[in-house]
Amino acid sequence: MSSDVLAIQNAEAASRPWVETLHEWVTTVDHKRLGILYILYALVFLVIGGIEATIIRIQLMRPHNDFVSPQVFNRMFTMHGTTMIFFVAMPILFGFANYLVPLMIGARDMAFPRLNAFGFWLTALGGFLLYFSFVGGSGLYGAGSAPDVGWFAYAPLTSRAFSVGHSADYWTIALLVSGFGSISTAINIIATILCMRCPGMKLSRMPLLAWLNLVMAGMVILAVSPLTAAQIMLSIDRYLGGHFFDTQAGGSATLWMHFFWIFGHPEVYVLIIPAFAFASEIIPVFSRKPIFGYPVMVAATICIGFIGLSVWAHHMFTIGMNSYANSFFVFTTMAIAVPTGIKIFNWLGTMWGGKIQFKTPMLFCIGFLLQFLIAGLTGVMMSVAPFDWQLGNSYFVVAHFHYVIVGGILFCLFGAFYYWFPKITGRLLNETLGKLHFWLFAIGFHLTFDSMHIPGLLGMPRRIYTYEPGRGWEIWNLIETIGVFVQGIATLIFVANLVLSYFNGPKAGNDPWDAWTLEWSVSSPPPVYNFASIPTVASRRPLWDLKHPEDPDSHYE
Amino acid sequence: MRIVETMQKADWPAIISRVVGVAVLVAGVLLAAGLCTAAPQDNSVPSIFDSHSTPADSIRHLSHFVLGITGLIFLVVFSLLSYVVVKFRRRVAHAEREPAQVYGSTQIELAWTIIPILIVVVLFLATARVIHAIQDAPRPAEAVEVTAIGHQFWWEFRYPKLGIVTANELHVPVSDAAYPTPTFLKLLSADTDHSFWVPQLAGKTDLIPNHPNGTWIDPHETGLFLGQCAQFCGTQHAKMLLRVYVDTPEDFNAWVRGQQEPAKRDEKEAAGRHVFETTACLNCHAIIGTNGTGRFGPDLTHLMSRRTIASGAAENSAQNLRLWIQNPDAIKPGSLMPAMKLSDADLDALVRYLETLQ
Repeated sequence: MSSDVLAIQNAEAASRPWVETLHEWVTTVDHKRLGILYILYALVFLVIGGIEATIIRIQLMRPHNDFVSPQVFNRMFTMHGTTMIFFVAMPILFGFANYLVPLMIGARDMAFPRLNAFGFWLTALGGFLLYFSFVGGSGLYGAGSAPDVGWFAYAPLTSRAFSVGHSADYWTIALLVSGFGSISTAINIIATILCMRCPGMKLSRMPLLAWLNLVMAGMVILAVSPLTAAQIMLSIDRYLGGHFFDTQAGGSATLWMHFFWIFGHPEVYVLIIPAFAFASEIIPVFSRKPIFGYPVMVAATICIGFIGLSVWAHHMFTIGMNSYANSFFVFTTMAIAVPTGIKIFNWLGTMWGGKIQFKTPMLFCIGFLLQFLIAGLTGVMMSVAPFDWQLGNSYFVVAHFHYVIVGGILFCLFGAFYYWFPKITGRLLNETLGKLHFWLFAIGFHLTFDSMHIPGLLGMPRRIYTYEPGRGWEIWNLIETIGVFVQGIATLIFVANLVLSYFNGPKAGNDPWDAWTLEWSVSSPPPVYNFASIPTVASRRPLWDLKHPEDPDSHYE
Repeated sequence: MRIVETMQKADWPAIISRVVGVAVLVAGVLLAAGLCTAAPQDNSVPSIFDSHSTPADSIRHLSHFVLGITGLIFLVVFSLLSYVVVKFRRRVAHAEREPAQVYGSTQIELAWTIIPILIVVVLFLATARVIHAIQDAPRPAEAVEVTAIGHQFWWEFRYPKLGIVTANELHVPVSDAAYPTPTFLKLLSADTDHSFWVPQLAGKTDLIPNHPNGTWIDPHETGLFLGQCAQFCGTQHAKMLLRVYVDTPEDFNAWVRGQQEPAKRDEKEAAGRHVFETTACLNCHAIIGTNGTGRFGPDLTHLMSRRTIASGAAENSAQNLRLWIQNPDAIKPGSLMPAMKLSDADLDALVRYLETLQ
């Protein structure tokens, strides 16, 4: 029945003018289409952010290089960080959440479809504003152009005195606008999960992806609000005579830091928790076992959500807080390592005793496990405040957070692409190209980010457009740059795979992975209404129950 | 073909995981060796593991403890991961049956919760001890007191009790364990955030406007120690370099006496001094004994006692000095020193005058 609908849709599509198709996509409120729009938008910015990173790495390839001027370099690292966090990582994760959450809980759409569209278009506008800064903006001595104050834009560097022109304003407004988009989507996710689960799906039977996106959405609301407030305060300082952060008039630079990091730290949990969600769906399916310790996985995530709101000043260990304040944040930061570490053990426990299939989604998740372990351990090192007094603001930190974001989040995202692309498009991605993508990317990743820890240990601070020769930093910087090109090639292979497979990939069918959650019960791609009739579930793995009627999960859990 | 058959029958996951395991081990050994040998005797590599001062030593000792614990955790979990990936891979013969569907184990999960909690308690106590030892260290009466003021993009150093104002290159006496003479720095900023980081002497502490901070160093070897600003402060953050000279007590006292003198007055270079005193130079720069009392730029009274100019961006030579005054962007594009647009004659005279400021 659903295939008839698709046949009709395709036949209509063939004869419709492209303007109508474009109009449909621009005005859509369907969670699946909005999910795809978020993902495609993020992929474009991933390439742009990657180019910015490449420019940075070429400039740093050797000391006293002159590939770009210091002014351009400072814009590059500011835009690279801002783009990757706000216009790649957040949209792509919201996109997957948008697409998958209703399908996995047996709903037909999100709770507020129009709010959903509003959130996407606000995010899109934010990205456009940020990049318009390259061509727009006026000011003294032509000092407009892209922001160059770093992605966390410390005061008072962002005051009118030190940031002439409007480049800082593009940063402020872009984040303000997209922040409202993020909050809209977060509200939508929470309402959908709490109110629209299908019959039988108690919270304790919900797929982990839904649980983790629920916690993520709660954190977005709590974290993005202070950032929004800070942007407004900064704009008041810059244009309405305010002095919140204006140290020349008695304002406080550290106030900005507190506001920013009380957003900034929960933000990184907002990014990693959906990545955990992907791993928690993929690892069980390719180990052929249910997730080990579902209740603790939920509890640990909620713990991370709460504790994550109390660790922010570990980004401020060097600003001169007293020893008691520093010790407090050491304690909370170490505490959060416990629920996070537990999750790694649970994933290992899931694989233990299984029959592991090394398909591409699983390869990326195994890479994630190794890399997230290392990233977590370097994080523990920096939670030791005195050690952080050396490591902080150096390339060790840069290595650490790229290990989490690229080695952890991006690897899980690649896994998610290979896993759910068949569901979204109806075609499988090419497995050989996938394995090539994985190995090449892993090699490039380790070349760049393993090496990057060392200059940090040897005294190289971050955000410098050049460095002195003879400090032992040159060889590592060169290796890091080589690794970037390897990762770039791997990413091109991935994009080629996406495009080729979309047109020519083998048909996937409903359930190419023999998986157990509700999205695999509908056609690939799903019909616009998701489910012909809303399913009723009796366990955490409804499709396992259907495929194994003699031994359903509902007997045990 | 035989080769293709062998490749198809080969146990790729096992082979690959063994290769990766060996590669990681080799990389780890190389890394450790590289780090241990990374610090040549001349302090040209500012490694955090090559500590020469009490706070840096305390941090290094703590870091050994932390690296030991995290290294152990890594080995355990990495071994488990490698084992799992090899032992529990799907073998074609048993592909059809699903494995035992295990949902969890309370005892195991309790164990791997409690052990990390205990590790956290131990780590926290070790850390809190060092935080207090460094941050709440008492200041002995013999301590040298320096006020460091961060500027875009240079360091101002004042020794209030000694009546000295200098820039970019800090001189401190070596500190003997029997009779400690540490240097306590008060950290201020004239504009944006900066950070004082000389890895071999101490962890970094930020210089934040309207928020005075402090740090201390207690160097136990003489020598030159390198560092630089570690908080992004604008266009030329990268070239806000630091040089800390740890002197013997005699050398330090000699340096202090030299710095306390007003500028040498050499009548042969009166023309150059005249250029300084009648152009915009004196709006930003001070030379004690002349009309110049500007504080926006570095104090030039004893300019030639420094090995570098532009906060370490260039060697202090006549040629570089001339270039710096004529076209600062050639050395440090984006610095706040303007091109002075002097005639060649004025410029030459000025440079000759500056060269007399020992």
